Amino acid sequence: MLNELTIWELAGKLERREVSALEIMRACLDRIERVEGSIHSFISYDAADALEQAAAADRHLVGGTTRRQKPLLGIPIAIKDVLAVRGQPLNCGSKILGQFISPYDATVIEKLREAGAIVFGRLNMDEFAMGSSTENSSFGPTRNPWDTSRIPGGSSGGSAAAVAADECIAALGSDTGGSIRQPAALCGCVGLKPTYGRVSRYGLVAFASSLDQIGPLAKDARDAALVLGAISGHDARDSTSVEGTAPDYTAALDGRIKGLKLGLAKEYMIGGLDGEVGAAVQAAVSQYEKLGAEIVEISLPRTEFAVATYYIIATAEASANLARFDGIRYGRRVEGSDPIDLYCKTRGAGFGAEVKRRIILGAYVLSSGYYDAYYLRAQKVRTLIRRDFLNAFDKVDAIITPTSPTAAFKIGEKADDPLQMYLSDIFTISCNLAGICGLSLPCGFTASPKLPIGLQLLGKPFGEETLLRLAHAYEQITPWHNEKPPLER
Amino acid sequence: MSYEAVIGLETHVQLKTKSKMWCGCANEFGAPPNTRVCPVCLGLPGVLPVANEEALRLTALTGLLLNCTLPSHAKFDRKNYFYPDMPKNYQITQYDKPSAINGHIDFEFGGGVARVRITRAHLEEDVGKNIHFDRTSGVDFNRAGVPLLEIVSEPEITGADMAYEYLNALKDVLIHGGVSDADMEKGMVRCDVNVSVRPVGTEALGKKIEIKNMNSFSGVRRALEYEIPRQIAVLEKGGQLTQETRRWDDAGGITETMRSKEMAHDYRYFPEPDLMPFEPTEAWLEEIRRRVVELPLAKKQRLMRQYQLPAADAQTFVWDRALGDYFEALARKAKNPKSAANWIINNLRAQLAAAGGTLAGLKFPPEYILDIVDLVESRKISSSAAQLVFAEMFSGGEAPAVIVENKGLAQVSDAGAIEAYCDQAIAAHPGPVADYKSGKAAALNFLKGQVMKLSKGKANPNLAGEILERKLK
Repeated sequence: MLNELTIWELAGKLERREVSALEIMRACLDRIERVEGSIHSFISYDAADALEQAAAADRHLVGGTTRRQKPLLGIPIAIKDVLAVRGQPLNCGSKILGQFISPYDATVIEKLREAGAIVFGRLNMDEFAMGSSTENSSFGPTRNPWDTSRIPGGSSGGSAAAVAADECIAALGSDTGGSIRQPAALCGCVGLKPTYGRVSRYGLVAFASSLDQIGPLAKDARDAALVLGAISGHDARDSTSVEGTAPDYTAALDGRIKGLKLGLAKEYMIGGLDGEVGAAVQAAVSQYEKLGAEIVEISLPRTEFAVATYYIIATAEASANLARFDGIRYGRRVEGSDPIDLYCKTRGAGFGAEVKRRIILGAYVLSSGYYDAYYLRAQKVRTLIRRDFLNAFDKVDAIITPTSPTAAFKIGEKADDPLQMYLSDIFTISCNLAGICGLSLPCGFTASPKLPIGLQLLGKPFGEETLLRLAHAYEQITPWHNEKPPLER
Repeated sequence: MSYEAVIGLETHVQLKTKSKMWCGCANEFGAPPNTRVCPVCLGLPGVLPVANEEALRLTALTGLLLNCTLPSHAKFDRKNYFYPDMPKNYQITQYDKPSAINGHIDFEFGGGVARVRITRAHLEEDVGKNIHFDRTSGVDFNRAGVPLLEIVSEPEITGADMAYEYLNALKDVLIHGGVSDADMEKGMVRCDVNVSVRPVGTEALGKKIEIKNMNSFSGVRRALEYEIPRQIAVLEKGGQLTQETRRWDDAGGITETMRSKEMAHDYRYFPEPDLMPFEPTEAWLEEIRRRVVELPLAKKQRLMRQYQLPAADAQTFVWDRALGDYFEALARKAKNPKSAANWIINNLRAQLAAAGGTLAGLKFPPEYILDIVDLVESRKISSSAAQLVFAEMFSGGEAPAVIVENKGLAQVSDAGAIEAYCDQAIAAHPGPVADYKSGKAAALNFLKGQVMKLSKGKANPNLAGEILERKLK
């Protein structure tokens, strides 16, 4: 089935004219028709538009456009509902945006189009990317393709599930505290959160501006490298995007990792870590040793403060970022007797419980009299956390950790316990606070039920090449990334 | 007990940039509603601000013009509050690290020069404009995102008139510096007032009251003329003032309570994560320093000192910058700049106004004015002939010497010729002659005028006077 192949495989077939972009797109749409009922990865998708883009890609191919010119030509890539795509709905998994249609393309969307990709679909997510299970979507939860009674992770749960279920070839997600890596781990695909500043955020609806990054979810490391290469680079519309052009990430995929130093943080050996997860990660460490990497114990002493720091900074920024959803200019409006009444009714009806919880928390930590004790202190701790990582990276090339302490949990299992949910982000959150890059890749399965386990690699600022090199080398000697979930074929 | 007022002003000024603060939309007044907008200034989901470089430059320039320090590190912050004219429901502004601090402005007041210190000047974005219809309201976002500079004075203005002069001086600086058009009618300058009163001789400040909604400088003056006595009256009656915000009702000529301290907003400022801190380089600052112009008061004082101009002439050249530039270019070559200034102000300016012309459209080179001054001073022509020469030069562009030659205007200093004119004048006007002889000295001027008339303006008037006096002794 074409939709099960990787970008790399399909690009070859397209270039050799063995298949057409239309056939690939149709294969994805067929797959969506068959499995969406049980997975619900998409909030919506515009099949006619996708097929039109596919036909246009085929015309390019006939015209002689090569994959060197357009590396993603004819490849269907699905988009998380937090990214603006011109002419398509933009809901962020929320009711508050109502019938909003984006009048513009995010920079990453423009870049995907330039690379030839077929940009399609609105992938489900936790409302405004706030959550770790996709249960907070106001469009209903997405289910894990490996066990549909379980969550796919979040907030990019739709992206991970769609890639794992072969409904698309790759997807874009966003990661503020693990929202790409954790669902990638729980659904068994590769997810990469680039270094802050690597990818333009223009057109990404902000949750926490200083933490958000857009990144790929893909079937293997090479595909992640291809998509990352397409969306990276400086953008004049994002002042926080770094100068210069991104390297060719696929050039790093030569299997050579001999001599690279991998750090194991003693603070990450925590009590709550699932035994099977721990064993799979330990096995992966051994395999890296076999491949010639050197394992070094490191310390990240401020790890215990990461979750608290994150929930102060992220919610503070979110409280301002989400203020624009007020019913005045766009989106859903509930009329009121005066502007304040209108705001209260609109936001009361439009936002879900988790979003309200975080806005209130964020407003609180910024309020007069509490700012110094919470927000300012959290910023200082954030600096220390970043310093921890930079110190560690003096000794090692990458840090190796589990992505999530457990495999996918049952839908509803943690819904009433937000704190428990927050703590499950323990391994992924520091990466965003430090502004470094991180990647999750499959490293095994739990026995029963069979659920994917994710391995996380954390890299230096702008060290994506090293992470992709490591992930790719690991894939060469392990079968995990090739396994398919037990959905009806 | 007598009381004194303590006043601080917060002045908002729209900067003169081509585009808005965070996007490429035109910074333009008067376009149809919501036609100068884009996803960024409408605050659509997903957009990001990018700082307008020219707005940063104009902010630094204003800082230099107001004698401020420009900190090496400035940043933007978010000021959070909900209002329908605010696209994002937070305003990007500079909270604790503004672009310019610790300056001052000097201006003429009360017969001397007053100095008011400037606390800070910080850059922010303007908001949209609410428009109210019969039963509904609309918002025009054309103004949203226009770069706005807030200039905050120290609380050291002591009265309504001083506040008024401070604002006018500030406006002069901004216009002269090319920073803003500062057009009040287009809302390019807006002002909030903080005012308190205290017994004369005490240090502690009284309860600070903020007044909003003045839409002209005279409105500010009127509001203070109302508010200061109001506060004093409350205290004199043994009452208490409370910290509050009051609204100026321009039609009613009164201030009224808008919100109390308890209702004050908590703006929850925090650093704007979408923008990098601003750290100007030396090269960038040097660029700005080159754009610094002379301030109006300094220019007036210099013109008076350097060219011995009277205050009124110097002021004229400050107000009319083009005329001032014309003068200064000429004055550097002039032996007597003061005379050149007289010709420029009394003749050139008047004739230009009458003809509706411009300096750029003059038919003669500026140096011709110096030629006329020289002709008069070397007594080659009389001052009345000089008027004719100027008029001729203005309309035809010919050199003064040529006009004098062609029109035969050269001054006659030949005593014989003048004596003949004097005899004619004496003979024709026995009345004034008798008056003069009976002690009315002014009658001599009349006779002198007759001599000038008879000579068609060419007679040397001093010589004519001497001869007349001698003949009538």
